[in-house]
Amino acid sequence: MSGAAEKQAFLLDGIEVNFQPGQTIIQAALAAGKYIPHLCYHPEFKPHGSCKLCIVNIDGHFGSACTTQATAGLPVQSETPEIRDKRRTLVQMLLVEGNHFCPSCEKSGDCLLQALGYDLGVMSPHFPQIFPVRPVDASHPDILLDFNRCILCELCVRASAEVDGKNVFAISGRGITKHLIVNSESGLLGDTNFSPADKAAKVCPVGVILVKRHGFAVPIGQRRFDLKPISEQPKPAVAIPESKPESAP
Amino acid sequence: MSVSTSQNYSEIIDAVLARHRNDPTRLMQILRETQETLGWLSLETLMGIARRLHQPLARIQGVAGFYSFFHTQPLGRYRVLWSDNITDRMLGGGALMEEMCRRLWLEPGRVSEDGLVSVATTSCTGMCDQGPAMLVNYRPITRMSTQRVAEIVDLIRGEVPLEQWPAEFFRIDDNIRRRDILLGNRLAHGEAIGATLARGPQATLDEIKHSSLRGRGGAGFPTGLKWETCRNATGTGDASAHYVVCNADEGEPGTFKDRVLLTTQADLVFEGMTCAAHVVGAKRGMLYLRGEYRHLLDHLNDILARRRIERLLGDNILGHADFSFDIEIHLGAGAYVCGEESALIESLEGKRGIPRNRPPFPVTHGYLGQPTTVNNVETLAAAGLICAYGGDWFRTIGTEKSTGTKLISVSGDCTMPGIYEYPFGTDVAEILADCGANPENTQAVQISGPSGICIASDEFRRRIGFEDLSTAGAFMVFDNHRDMFEVAHNFAHFFAHESCGFCTPCRVGTTLLKNCMDKIEAGHGSEYDINEIFRINHLLQTTSHCGLGHSACNPMFDTLQKFRPAYEQRLHSLAFEPAFDLDAALSQARQMTGRDDRAAHLEDSVEVKP
Repeated sequence: MSGAAEKQAFLLDGIEVNFQPGQTIIQAALAAGKYIPHLCYHPEFKPHGSCKLCIVNIDGHFGSACTTQATAGLPVQSETPEIRDKRRTLVQMLLVEGNHFCPSCEKSGDCLLQALGYDLGVMSPHFPQIFPVRPVDASHPDILLDFNRCILCELCVRASAEVDGKNVFAISGRGITKHLIVNSESGLLGDTNFSPADKAAKVCPVGVILVKRHGFAVPIGQRRFDLKPISEQPKPAVAIPESKPESAP
Repeated sequence: MSVSTSQNYSEIIDAVLARHRNDPTRLMQILRETQETLGWLSLETLMGIARRLHQPLARIQGVAGFYSFFHTQPLGRYRVLWSDNITDRMLGGGALMEEMCRRLWLEPGRVSEDGLVSVATTSCTGMCDQGPAMLVNYRPITRMSTQRVAEIVDLIRGEVPLEQWPAEFFRIDDNIRRRDILLGNRLAHGEAIGATLARGPQATLDEIKHSSLRGRGGAGFPTGLKWETCRNATGTGDASAHYVVCNADEGEPGTFKDRVLLTTQADLVFEGMTCAAHVVGAKRGMLYLRGEYRHLLDHLNDILARRRIERLLGDNILGHADFSFDIEIHLGAGAYVCGEESALIESLEGKRGIPRNRPPFPVTHGYLGQPTTVNNVETLAAAGLICAYGGDWFRTIGTEKSTGTKLISVSGDCTMPGIYEYPFGTDVAEILADCGANPENTQAVQISGPSGICIASDEFRRRIGFEDLSTAGAFMVFDNHRDMFEVAHNFAHFFAHESCGFCTPCRVGTTLLKNCMDKIEAGHGSEYDINEIFRINHLLQTTSHCGLGHSACNPMFDTLQKFRPAYEQRLHSLAFEPAFDLDAALSQARQMTGRDDRAAHLEDSVEVKP
């Protein structure tokens, strides 16, 4: 590569996007205000590459924008009908895999999965529901865990291990039985040292990790994605703490 | 579980952990050995292990929960697992399992009330040439029959220890039907290593490159290039090192050639590993043996011990001051995905077997982040021969682009199932003729297992080789009376069971596919479901994280292309719904022919099979 000072750019849907050496496609795109859908990617964590929502066509091959390094002149396609269809199907898969009932979910309007569903034009779950049995865990005084909504992005696992240093969460099972577990003898969150101040309490893109008594501080209709579609909010990339009343216009 | 005292129990765990130096990267072996002693992995056991390894309990639970052969619930003092490959089923395995359950008053998957026994299915155990096969407490029993079921039920009821069961039950045949350079190998121990040491690492690498040897696990990556990249990669940090890993996680249904190679030519495989170590500069090697081949562990360890005495392993190999290398067997625990090299490395490190994001590739950042060459058993055996005889010799065998020979694991509808070694370039028809399959009566061959390709009778002139039919070795023969839908249905269940669950498309998609095939099987399918299969196929091929997801739809895709009537006869309705009454439209024809019997009416002829 030539000098690092030289400006480098790749082509996202035909438009030049500058990048710093070492940046991935999604990092450069989001920094440039170009939205690429994602669920398991979070700017503060190592790319995971599991949700596959950020699938793009990279010079003829499909790959994850979060795990692929940007290179000069690289042609990348993101907003094509074919890729939108793939992403829509992936969201539908996530919807039937868990138990998602948006009208009764206190994360509605702040949920990335729901927001992506709207943005990608998901009109129905399409596939037959799998209806897994996933009990909720209300044992913690300040946090409710509703595993029904888990999309297995492992952000909480990573945050608790890498930032909080607590290892409160882990993954067990395999394939469709893969599931989130809690690190305590009883398996209950109430028996861990988890705290609402933990990073892991703030990274869930859906409605699994919920701080109790804050659910409806912002009324439905005034929440982040009620106001603007997710694709028009490329930044902040993921980190969405519960919408604050004062931040709502 | 009745463990006599908690002190005793603690001692058992301590002994296992001491053997593994309280090293968390050895978690797989720790869990396996603990389970072998205690019967299952209770919460108390896992807590004990977690505490001693200074690891979070949930991490240990996550690893135990990933592998099919670790169980965190008691599954009986006798755990019976029937191999559920299509070839086992074709030999009557399904009915025999039902018979066993009936005799034991047991439901499949449930433990008997007295905690004595459980009976369930498992993915292909690699005994397709001598099925129906099953595992009892992870020991294989082949050639199951009604009589053998009755005998085993009596032994279980009588609580006879496995060691006292008839030895004949545990007999495993090699069934070698055709030998070539690998299976006919007669190299003296150390001959290939001696030649390698005499030639030197660079010249040996050149021989491997010159031989055009390519990986035998299915992908066909050039072995010389892999070794060269590994050799040139520098390790990182204080623990900088190079590693040689032999991939013996032979999980592809229908494949059993590595079992036979490790039974009959283990020295050649270890020889190949040692030569590889000299080329890449490794001091440690590991052979990842699939859990289903637990019965080979002692045999392999004995050979390793003998080779140490022969100075073919250990310090200063063959008196060469600069060359020390040793090999350890690492046992898997029932996870097909660990055949993928980066998942295999994760498993070697004591983790859940999830394929890594690549790049970086294992060859530069593999085991413990260090340069690692992962090669198939058969590749390493062939490499051993090349080290002894040279690349020129190897190039005279096979074809220009596919040098050497290939072991083919033949099973299914033929009179002589077993292992056949052919030079590359052999066509399918020749193999069918050799194995006693009736060419007039054979409708399909599944090449390279469920993730491979299903070929129909008009393709039997196709050749084994990287130019045409690239294969890891499985060769399952289906004659005309087999239902190719049932074959694909079996494979759909296999992939759903073996998906690691890391990425969305494979985790959810393989289960949706399975459900779709179940629906068609139950007679509730329509053309809509066929279209869904194609749609999911396209998504999985393009968006999955690893090869498992990419190929999970292959069986449905191939059989839908080539054996569509097998699906259509099950569909409740074809997509085409006539707007007018077809049967009434035929009334004129009926009048002309003077017929009015049932067969002359459309309703009957399109009636759905129950």
